[in-house]
Amino acid sequence: MLLIPCPYCGERPEIEFSYSGQAHLVRPPRPAELSDEAWSEYLYVRDNPRGRHAERWRHLRGCGRFFNAIRDTTTDRIAVTYRMGEPPP
Amino acid sequence: MSAFRTASGGRVDRARRLRFTFDGRAWEGLAGDTLASALLANGVHLVGRSFKYHRPRGILTAGAEEPNALVTVRRDAARETPNLKATQVELYDGLVAESQNRWPSLGFDVGRVNDLLSPLFPAGFYYKTFMWPRSAWARLYEPVIRRAAGLGRAPEAPDPDRYAQRHAHCDVLVVGAGPAGIAAARAAADAGACVILCDEQSEPGGALLDGAPAQIDGLAAGDWLARAVAALAADPKVRMLARTTAFGYFPHNHLGLVERCTDHIAAPAADSVRERLWQVRAREVVLAAGAIEQPLVFPGNDRPGVMLAGAARSYLKRYGVRAGTRAVLVTATDAAYQAALDLHAAGVAIAAIADLRPAAAGVWVEAARRAGIEVLAGAAIGGTRGGRRVSGVTISGRTIACDLVLMSGGYAPSVHLFSQSRGRLTWSDSMRCFVPSQSAERERSAGACRGVYGLAAALADGAAAGLAAARACGFTGIERGYAVAGESATHQAPGATPPAVADRGKAFVDFQNDVTIRDLVLAAQEGFRSIEHVKRYTTVGMATDQGKTSNLNALGLVAARLGKPVPDVGHTTFRMPYTPVTFGALAGAARGELFDPVRTTPMHEVAVARGAVFEDVGQWKRARYFPRAGEDMHAAVARECLAVRNACGVFDASTLGKIAVVGPDAAEFLNRLYVNDFAGLGVGRCRYGVLLREDGFVYDDGVIARLAADRFHVTTTTGGAARVLAMMEDYRQTEWPGLAVWLTSTTEQWAVIAVQGPLARRVIEPLAAGIDLAPSALPHMAVAHGRIAGAPAMLFRVSFTGELGYEINVPAARGVAVWEAVCAAGRAHGITPYGTETMHVLRAEKGYIIVGQETDGTAVPDDVGLAWAIGRKKPDFVGKRSIERAGIRRAGRKQLVGLRTRDPKIVLEEGAQLADRPGIPAPMKPVGHVTSSYASAVLGHSIALAMIAGGRARIGQTLFVRVPGGDVEAKVTIPVFYDPEGARLHA
Repeated sequence: MLLIPCPYCGERPEIEFSYSGQAHLVRPPRPAELSDEAWSEYLYVRDNPRGRHAERWRHLRGCGRFFNAIRDTTTDRIAVTYRMGEPPP
Repeated sequence: MSAFRTASGGRVDRARRLRFTFDGRAWEGLAGDTLASALLANGVHLVGRSFKYHRPRGILTAGAEEPNALVTVRRDAARETPNLKATQVELYDGLVAESQNRWPSLGFDVGRVNDLLSPLFPAGFYYKTFMWPRSAWARLYEPVIRRAAGLGRAPEAPDPDRYAQRHAHCDVLVVGAGPAGIAAARAAADAGACVILCDEQSEPGGALLDGAPAQIDGLAAGDWLARAVAALAADPKVRMLARTTAFGYFPHNHLGLVERCTDHIAAPAADSVRERLWQVRAREVVLAAGAIEQPLVFPGNDRPGVMLAGAARSYLKRYGVRAGTRAVLVTATDAAYQAALDLHAAGVAIAAIADLRPAAAGVWVEAARRAGIEVLAGAAIGGTRGGRRVSGVTISGRTIACDLVLMSGGYAPSVHLFSQSRGRLTWSDSMRCFVPSQSAERERSAGACRGVYGLAAALADGAAAGLAAARACGFTGIERGYAVAGESATHQAPGATPPAVADRGKAFVDFQNDVTIRDLVLAAQEGFRSIEHVKRYTTVGMATDQGKTSNLNALGLVAARLGKPVPDVGHTTFRMPYTPVTFGALAGAARGELFDPVRTTPMHEVAVARGAVFEDVGQWKRARYFPRAGEDMHAAVARECLAVRNACGVFDASTLGKIAVVGPDAAEFLNRLYVNDFAGLGVGRCRYGVLLREDGFVYDDGVIARLAADRFHVTTTTGGAARVLAMMEDYRQTEWPGLAVWLTSTTEQWAVIAVQGPLARRVIEPLAAGIDLAPSALPHMAVAHGRIAGAPAMLFRVSFTGELGYEINVPAARGVAVWEAVCAAGRAHGITPYGTETMHVLRAEKGYIIVGQETDGTAVPDDVGLAWAIGRKKPDFVGKRSIERAGIRRAGRKQLVGLRTRDPKIVLEEGAQLADRPGIPAPMKPVGHVTSSYASAVLGHSIALAMIAGGRARIGQTLFVRVPGGDVEAKVTIPVFYDPEGARLHA
């Protein structure tokens, strides 16, 4: 079980969190102007890196807040967590 | 005292004799014995039959790596534990043990015929042989194979014991309490760290329990051990866990330990905990797991009486048991000589030492020769003789009579936990084994588990590791050494010796799975190149012992066959658990009623008292129907349905998810999420809302009421409450953080009592205060505040039945009182409580969908007839762009329709497939499927809803529903069967 540092509450066990996929995807402000291909890209296409991955977690059974984490997908080491809206460090 | 027990020495208590039985025969052992040592003390070597060939098997090892001596220990019908290793079962007075995998008896086993037929069972035998007919797998092959190749039986009675679980945190967790582990724990604790020290054995000490001849800090090793253990036990910063196996190493230094609390006790107290699962989160971990002696591979190396040299030494020094009277040592290393010398000194005749090394020489060889033991250098082992016990061994063409063969192929570091932690292993050419190289976690290995052998070296390595771990936690400690004197000459302890390929007889590589050298050769011949594939094909290393005594030999053999260096062949993955863990320990208290939380509504007890039959909906218990005397479900549901259609029914709808959406931007927030127009919804009005995922597929639905300009009451499906709130929070926090809106789950704050039917208004009117129930004041899809039966209430005029209906929301604590008041007021009108089954029939008669029943995650609103709900003028909402994709708008998508069977009495199976014409042979491509199907009492015929390709264009056509034994004719209709104009709703 991972230990995840919630930027609001501190280090907590993984069981308190829910995973919410890749970080820094912004919903297009005017989806109607996008082609089907561009919209599908936004909907479905995700990074699948070996190594550093920016992803969203939610401290569901804690403060309830979403935040971002940089996790290494090969070692599960979490380099840093940061709040929503902040740029990746 | 038996002839095999020494007169003195060891750690057994000669004053405490214990009775036990094995296969019904009574024996005697001593306190401190394991079942294995007690059997050996009585001269019993035959303890089991092998997995595949049913060959007689004896005790190979003295520890957790035992592949042969698997037994069932039985206390009573419910406490019968199979597949225990006799080498780990601690003896208690009255212990009852049985051998496994034999019939009718261990001595005479019919399954032994498999050994004679073994040419028929090569590697991959099952894959090659039992292929056709396919149906024979379930009926014939699998049951027979499983019985023939069985391990123990599972008990049939429920487990009556208690299992506990604990979480623990520490600075340093030390796994293994041998010399290295004790030194590590001491060093870490001295530096100020909080330490947990666990060991799988009954007492700490590791190799020191086998009686090292050395002195440590001026004390005999045994005395030093006693003092060191007492000091650790007295240290408040140290927690010592005996009989505790670290079985799993999980990310971020999270380790699973299982503590066996009572299995060694003759009569455990009834309320005692049998096993305890520890989940430890350690800042630093020191692995001091030791090393495992490896067998040699030669024909007949599995005969009872063939034993690892170190195990025989352990039985002698720890348990005071001579494993035989006349022994031959077969070895490839110096490490085994000590065993031969010790047994020799204890009166066991050593007929010869057969050293496989052509140039065997040095201090150990000299010591053996000085003791008068014949040493045969460069020996070739032809094989063993004997039946149920070894009677001789052939060395370089000469047969030597003996009743004990000691073998040693060297030691393999126990890198299991290190490897589980994703640490990287490296091959050591000098030691011929894998050793830890690069850690992935905050962890360090010490002592024999990283190839550091010898007492002085292990103590020093452990102390250094413990201090380093404490320092990594921020403590400052000082280095401290141990003065070791009198240690026997240190020896190289290389890993497994690549076996020479045997030309006759069975030379076993994997004892537990009965894999021979020939199987591996065959796999190599058949083209398997990867060790992972060889493993799966031959099953080498795949038994419950996880290949602790077989992996290294298999690897050496495959590498030799392929002509590659071992590191190029690689190694298989070490997986948890290190040794098997019981389901009891993993489940802990989470079984029976505590398996999963149960949610009940405020009116649950009322429904229980009325004799409701309940169904599980997620974690909720919901009343399904309320049978009267003599009624089955069909009769009860028909009666409840007619009561709602003709008079009035009352229904507990409290499980509906409820979310308070509040704030200046609440309307804008809902407008962006739901397909509907919520900006334009007036205060006091309700709207049926449809929620899509961003991919356009229906996610949830529910009635949403605007209670004030800035306050909405959102209802969700019972099962969708949590995920809808999570989705709302996601958008609120991450996409639209600028919106001023707050979300609160209020599901459990409100009791919801649905009163439905043409007489509903008459039932509620006398109970309502401050609410005008007139249709003009409270029309369909409106909400009012006031009091119902004295309780503050929100009264919704909504209907999931198609009848005039209300949903009374009162604070949860008032639910029972209001429910009873409604029932009392409704008695004159024939009010009838109804359950979820009736609710389903009523809504299906009206064609109201249930998300998750009509929809399956691929339906867009138009597919299920909900396009009308979409706010046409809205430029955007979640999912809007997706439902405009070309693929979603093409013709031929499945659409919601009704079905009427030609025979009105036939109620179709939900999920049944539909075809254009009858009799199409399977597999057919269906045109759709039935989603809901019921007998309708009010209509007098069955009804069904279905999702059918291009369904709306097929209305009026006849389709065929595939049922067991044929097809049922059904006509496609609109999906509304009752009151399609909706007149009753607006009454």
